Amino acid sequence: MSMPFGYVSPEQEMRDKADFARKGIARGRSVVVLQYENGILFVAPNASRALHKISEIYDRIGFAAVGKYNEFEALRLGGIRYADVNGYTYDRSDVTARGLANLYAQSLGMVFTESRKPYEVELVVTEVGDAPEDDQIYRLTFDGSVTDEHGYVVMGGVAETVSGRLKDRYRPGMTLAEALDAALAALTEPGGERTPVSQLEVAVLDRTREHRKFQRLVGPRLERLLAASSGPEPTPPAGEGAEGAQPDTGPTPGGGGPLQASADDGAATAPDGDIDTGSGG
Amino acid sequence: MAAQRDWMNNLFLDTGSTSFTEFVGTHAPGLLPRRFETLAAPVGDQIPHATTIIAAVFADGVVMAADRRATAGNYISQKDMEKVFRTDEYSCMGIAGSASTGIELARLYCVELEHYEKREGRTLSVQGKANRLSTMIRGNLPLAMQGMVVVPLFVAYDTDRGGGRIFSYDVGGGPYEQTNFASIGSGSLFARGSMKKLYREGASAEETVLACVNALYDAADDDSATGGPDVSRRIWPSVAVITDEGFRRLPEEEVEGHVRRVLDVRMADPDGPTAPLR
Repeated sequence: MSMPFGYVSPEQEMRDKADFARKGIARGRSVVVLQYENGILFVAPNASRALHKISEIYDRIGFAAVGKYNEFEALRLGGIRYADVNGYTYDRSDVTARGLANLYAQSLGMVFTESRKPYEVELVVTEVGDAPEDDQIYRLTFDGSVTDEHGYVVMGGVAETVSGRLKDRYRPGMTLAEALDAALAALTEPGGERTPVSQLEVAVLDRTREHRKFQRLVGPRLERLLAASSGPEPTPPAGEGAEGAQPDTGPTPGGGGPLQASADDGAATAPDGDIDTGSGG
Repeated sequence: MAAQRDWMNNLFLDTGSTSFTEFVGTHAPGLLPRRFETLAAPVGDQIPHATTIIAAVFADGVVMAADRRATAGNYISQKDMEKVFRTDEYSCMGIAGSASTGIELARLYCVELEHYEKREGRTLSVQGKANRLSTMIRGNLPLAMQGMVVVPLFVAYDTDRGGGRIFSYDVGGGPYEQTNFASIGSGSLFARGSMKKLYREGASAEETVLACVNALYDAADDDSATGGPDVSRRIWPSVAVITDEGFRRLPEEEVEGHVRRVLDVRMADPDGPTAPLR
């Protein structure tokens, strides 16, 4: 039996698509999502002020993405529509991250199998609960698979390496400043310079807030948090718990401490795993 | 379920405009509050109506106050209705007229503002918010002609200009920006007369709230559809204050304090404080 010219087996086609998508996703910078005492923290190195990688979807639901901007932006808008239509039809409390994750999984899975080019994106959908145990973090990959994560997620760029560094630093119930420090340390190569504040996109889903839990941390408030977090290594400075609990509705003027770039933060050794080039099966 | 399937399919493909109302209108039109088939007869007298709403600008923002009564004809259908709705961090609206249509309008308008904000990453300008509400009221015009009139009063703190702003509407839309204070609803004439004498430009939030509570008392005094403070059931007017720190609904105890002060004065002088003649 002879193969027709140009035949590609379904296995080969899927493998090629997956490789293609992985390469695209690994090209950018990593995004870190992790739980802290009052909710969920999103940290993304992002030079652009206008094109966001992190977004609010609904009262308790946040979104983070890596990969191709136009693709995940379309998914973000679709997610906002799904949430708003459902919340308007029923009640605000009837919009859940689980429903949204299912919708994304369907859409991503369909694009992966049916279109010639898969989406080069990876998403995280999170929902902040009334207590840390109720927090939900879903990670969605380009082929539509969903994983339910606990504690922290790293996606995009050299995700495995960053994830390894974060694993050593993460512990449940960290304050906001500690969590931010852990995320930034994980995103920085050992001995490397930390991303300057102007190129950071940081947001929280803060369970202590009223109405909508999502809040971007920008300007002086972010600078103060960073100053608090990159202080002397062994003991975190006192009073930062209050910082995290502060129901701040906007950037507070003044008080922006200098940003200390810790040259050597004594990172525990990162695993010597291969950099995710996407070529590994 | 069929309607849901339709919009689900187009969720990611058609990026469309930033308006939630337009999106729902194309994808699930049944959800919109404008399902008007011609009604056999005007129903205005049979469905509950909300009544007096007052808004007043003060030095650092704007106050909105409303009574709690809903009436259907000469029957009091609810004693503790909520007519002031927070629409976003810096704005709120009060509804007078047909209660059901009004509540639905407020709910839709709230999602409309939030939808824009989440999609675009910025909030609409105050004028933009006011204009958007106007087209939504105009969409209700056919129902209004059948007696299901809804007229909102919209207030917002303008963060660009640094001050409170008030917009009023009629059944055909609007908006009409008002200076200092405005009132809508069946008791609005009495409330406006009262506010004329009690309002002071540049007053504090507390003084302005007190003026509004007094005006609501005067409205309830002369208009049967406006509810006065219900001391035995402890039902007080709803009062909201918007400043540069955002929307704040005054807690029951705080409103009770203001109401008791007004009541104390009225016990001695039923017509309340008088304005100096010259």
